[in-house]
Amino acid sequence: MRVGLAIPCFIDSFFPEVGIATLELLERLGVDVVYPQGQTCCGQPMANNGCNSAASGTEAHFARLFAGFDAVVMPSASCVNHLRKHMDAVPQTAEVQHLRANIYELVEFLHDVLNAREFPWAEFPHKVGLHNSCTALRSLHAASISEIDETTPFSKPMDLLAGVRGIAFVEPTRPDECCGFGGTFSVNEDAVSGLMGLEKVQDHARAGAEYIVSADTSCLMHQQGCARRAGLPLRFIHIAQILNGARA
Amino acid sequence: MSAKIHDPVDHAGAAAKFITDEAHLTFHDTRLWEMRQKRDGQMHGVPEWQELRDLASAIKEHTLSRLPEYLEQFEAQAIAHGVQVHWARDAAEHNAIVLRLLRENNAKTLVKSKSMLTEECEMAPFLERHGITLTETDLGERIQQLDNESPSHIVVPSVHKLRADVARVFAKTIGGDPNNTDATYLAEHCRVTTRPLMLDADAGMTGANFLVAETGAVVVCTNEGNADLSANLPKLHIVSAGIEKLIPRQADLGVFVRILSRSALGSPITQYTSHFRGPRDGAQMHIILVDNGRSKRLGQAEFWTSLKCIRCGACMNTCPVYRRSGGLSYGAVYSGPIGAIINPAYDPARYAALPFASTLNGSCTAVCPVKINIHEQLYAWRRIIAEGGLLPAQKALAMRVAGAVLASPTLYRLATAAARMAVRRLPRALLYNRLNGWGRDRELPTPPKESFAAWHARRKKAG
Ligand code: SF4
Repeated sequence: MRVGLAIPCFIDSFFPEVGIATLELLERLGVDVVYPQGQTCCGQPMANNGCNSAASGTEAHFARLFAGFDAVVMPSASCVNHLRKHMDAVPQTAEVQHLRANIYELVEFLHDVLNAREFPWAEFPHKVGLHNSCTALRSLHAASISEIDETTPFSKPMDLLAGVRGIAFVEPTRPDECCGFGGTFSVNEDAVSGLMGLEKVQDHARAGAEYIVSADTSCLMHQQGCARRAGLPLRFIHIAQILNGARA
Repeated sequence: MSAKIHDPVDHAGAAAKFITDEAHLTFHDTRLWEMRQKRDGQMHGVPEWQELRDLASAIKEHTLSRLPEYLEQFEAQAIAHGVQVHWARDAAEHNAIVLRLLRENNAKTLVKSKSMLTEECEMAPFLERHGITLTETDLGERIQQLDNESPSHIVVPSVHKLRADVARVFAKTIGGDPNNTDATYLAEHCRVTTRPLMLDADAGMTGANFLVAETGAVVVCTNEGNADLSANLPKLHIVSAGIEKLIPRQADLGVFVRILSRSALGSPITQYTSHFRGPRDGAQMHIILVDNGRSKRLGQAEFWTSLKCIRCGACMNTCPVYRRSGGLSYGAVYSGPIGAIINPAYDPARYAALPFASTLNGSCTAVCPVKINIHEQLYAWRRIIAEGGLLPAQKALAMRVAGAVLASPTLYRLATAAARMAVRRLPRALLYNRLNGWGRDRELPTPPKESFAAWHARRKKAG
């Protein structure tokens, strides 16, 4: 299986360590993974604002770069959700349809496709609060959600993190509450967004978290910004970094 | 809604104001979150909860897909029981019918239980202009009426007010101790001042939670019993109901009664579930079936399922944005997630901001007892608003520029390198200015030395 690695624009520009951990982790797990150069973005920022036609060039570029892979992996739930459910600013050729049907969020790929559960190189001796992004939770269904009475509770990220030595988890009081990032919402509605982020990190801090871990860097970027502004000593880390063996 | 030209709603601005008042904000968020948690508790007590949601959704979709037949069946049943049925195409027709009925019966005073439809029709100010004295009998609605403010929530209309606010409003309008903020005292004070108005009223009005086609029954669910008094004390009972309130059979009612109050307040059932099937001896009962934009919405492929709504308010209680911005910030009769997908159907220009007052987190969709895909409809409205040229000009331009930059690897490289450079080099005062919405509330990320792409290129070269 030839896998294409797609790195979201904000990770490429501001959090390269998340991209590096993702790539290294996939390689460690024996995946034949290729990172096509010249990547930009998936089109989500424009499409989420209703500007479909403005997204067409970006989507077309993405489709060109990732045509021909058996699967595409991306460490971002909202980008994957966009490509899977909403990438319709470009003609729906057989190639585009194949791409949309075979794009995976990283946790999903590790959990469902590779069935990876053991990460013998990984050890993270810290108290951690897990943040599932709303898209991971309610659109990709990476874990049970509190609004729905699921018969068998489950959590894909927890299944993976169970393979990490020394890690301990804390429970915030509102684990499913949105952190308020929401793409351009964070700027258009900055007051509400900032407050939601602040309350989110305070909830984790009160629960005793040293780190907030998430599969979504965009939420982490926002929460980190809120925590720093408030002077909270919380640290933020992507799940790929922990699974790839980061110690801190 | 009236045809007046209104300024577009500025949700972000109103929300920013709302959150500066910490006491109100904390109370509002906590109170509604408690309702959400109580709702969760009720859900856990009903093992077939998801089945009920599926059933409720299917019954509503079925009914909406055959609405004309069910409406006619309902009308025939109602008439057979001595009820007079009226049809109103829009708010103006509705209000005119109400006024005509009141005048024909020489009625000058009207007591009314909670009805969002009459808010939608702006009926109260209309009737007052025509010399009718209208009294709200639901406690929350009464508070809002006395304060001359719209309801901020469809189930708990004055949830944004502290008890101290209520005491102040009462003291100003119906007397009472402005410093006594005891809940029982306040409720009692409202009751004793409202009851005589009910006893003397010439006419009573209720809304409807459900209209049963099979039996012609109007079903009203309340917790205060005020609907029963409004309906049964005066000689004239007028029911105002949207055409989407239909359900086919009496047997279907059980599904909805089981989910309505559990979703709304987290209580197993409302205190009163009243069935009105005909006038009392010597009295009249009228039902006004109102369209007011509903049949148009029924024809909109992406939005017709919003008509399934049973107005439980669960989507508002769970919405993290609603809880932190207050219902009045939506500038509309319907607020919160359901409001954000209904209001643009009436006036897309005026309500263009509402579908953007969301992070698309989807909690609304997951709590909705009739499974309306609210967050997907928010997304769909964004497209319609953007394509209709209703985005703020600055944002539309930004999106076009972003689209062009992100379609080109070269422009993308230049732009992101410049952004990293700016964050690294620019003085704080320049970076965190008034125009930087991000920086008002958060720190920017620390820019790395190189991008992932640059790292990867370097690594590849090194072999
Ligand atoms: S949209 Fe659903 S959750 Fe919201 S008020 Fe209507 S029925 Fe209740």
